[in-house]
Amino acid sequence: MKYYSEEHEWIMVEDDEATIGISEYAAAELGDITYVELPMEEDDVIVGDTLGVIESVKAASDVYSPITGTVIEINNELEDNPGLINESAEKAGWICKLGNIDVAELDDLMTPDAYAKYLKTLA
Amino acid sequence: MPYIANTREDQQVMLETISCADFADMWRKSQVTIPEPPLSNIPEGMSEFEVISKLRKLAAKNATELHTFIGAGYYDHIIPAAVGEITGRSEFYTAYTPYQPEASQGTLQAIYEYQSMICRLTGMPVSNASLYDGGTALFEAMMLAIRTTRRRQVVVSEAVSPIFRKMLDAYSSNLNIELIQIPAGIDDSAQKDLLKAVSDRTACVIVQYPNFFGTIEAWVEFNEKIHEKKALSVCSTYPVSLALLTPPGELGFDIVTAEGQSLGNSLNFGGPYLGIMAVTEKLMRKMPGRVCGRTVDSDGKDGFVLTLQTREQHIRRESAMSNICSNESLCALSALVYLACVGKQGLIQVAELCAAKAAYARKLLLEIEGVEAVGGNAFFNEFVVQLPGDAAEIVGKLIDKGFAAGFPLGRYYPDRKNQLLVAVTEKRTKEEIKALATALEAVL
Repeated sequence: MKYYSEEHEWIMVEDDEATIGISEYAAAELGDITYVELPMEEDDVIVGDTLGVIESVKAASDVYSPITGTVIEINNELEDNPGLINESAEKAGWICKLGNIDVAELDDLMTPDAYAKYLKTLA
Repeated sequence: MPYIANTREDQQVMLETISCADFADMWRKSQVTIPEPPLSNIPEGMSEFEVISKLRKLAAKNATELHTFIGAGYYDHIIPAAVGEITGRSEFYTAYTPYQPEASQGTLQAIYEYQSMICRLTGMPVSNASLYDGGTALFEAMMLAIRTTRRRQVVVSEAVSPIFRKMLDAYSSNLNIELIQIPAGIDDSAQKDLLKAVSDRTACVIVQYPNFFGTIEAWVEFNEKIHEKKALSVCSTYPVSLALLTPPGELGFDIVTAEGQSLGNSLNFGGPYLGIMAVTEKLMRKMPGRVCGRTVDSDGKDGFVLTLQTREQHIRRESAMSNICSNESLCALSALVYLACVGKQGLIQVAELCAAKAAYARKLLLEIEGVEAVGGNAFFNEFVVQLPGDAAEIVGKLIDKGFAAGFPLGRYYPDRKNQLLVAVTEKRTKEEIKALATALEAVL
């Protein structure tokens, strides 16, 4: 199941592992992404901690963790090809995977439908 | 977002935090703790004419005619007249921060060329637009290593300038950084001990090349071992020496800093000086300060702009790479004009003259009875000699004879009381060097 945060991160949970990235909306707002600073494996994060920084031609924005957990994998491909987030923000452009998560925290996030409605309020 | 994010609500929270009802209350409470300034010590006002006369008299007390053999990180090199002439032009001299490329192409091009020359000198791929001075640049290098590795231990050799180490210590003492200083010898920055001190908590190891005592050491294997432990290696260097030495970029250093005064900037008591910083491509985005880049405009013409700005404080605020975002543009410009004036061959000649004259000076000084060698022959233009008595006292006696004979090491290294650090630049003549030896012999 996929969830979204108000800070425009998406999170997909499968087998107690969460994959995290930024939404297509966020990627489009940032414009051409030039650099992604990734977290380090084994980093422990809680909700709201910084998971990295996305630098575009317009801005540099922190990526906040929508959930508590431990970084178990990072998307190294973004180091050489940060534009992958522009091409495929919610698939190939994932940022990292977290283990050791508490699925109860997902209740505080938005479903895809709720996120779509939320985006309309921003327009 | 308001231009100044200090709303009534913000003010109320701040006042509550410090238990004050309002600003008048805060002012009343804070005044109690401020002692009366001793205004009675301030003399009566003076006219412009009187002030100038007084300052002239004070300036006349400066010993400006000494034959100087003091280095210790700051060197008395020739500065071509063109340097002052060009940097003094109002287009450069009064220019403010070049955020507007449409109004600042000259300044931006100068910064770009400065960066390019620093890259060529250091052998590093990326240079910033400069920092305050060599010491703050080294501090910024340490912070860069801490940010990148997310480790908080720093190992530094005592063969790094004690002035810079004092700055590292002062800046980091309240930052939860563990600064470990390793005792070093004249010939060896204690490479083995440095490596032993490196752990999985070490962000970086800081050394100096040539070291503070003037010695040139081999660093390639050392840096490989540092990298095996996933720490970064940082070196502070002396730009003029790099015209002859293998550039630090080829020795495997990750961050190179330097005091840039020796490139076209005069010796000033306390500055302004020039902080040089160059890094590997991998560290580019974590580097503090500005970077100027070359690009093409909408007509396809070359142009220059500040680049990588999204990491800076006016955009990233508290998440910025550093809050020292100023550079020392005028000093950097002096370095640029100096390097352009002397050229590649010229700089090599300057360095060769320094090295040859220093070797000659060392030979003459060691012929004096009671003066002993400390350390070997692998030096650039600075070396240590052992004197038969307190080096500071002997230097004092030589001042009366017109010589600033060197830097007495006892000032920073108590067990080296009788040792003198002597630097020789291309400015010193053979006659001056001979005269120094004669004068030294006479006072021993």
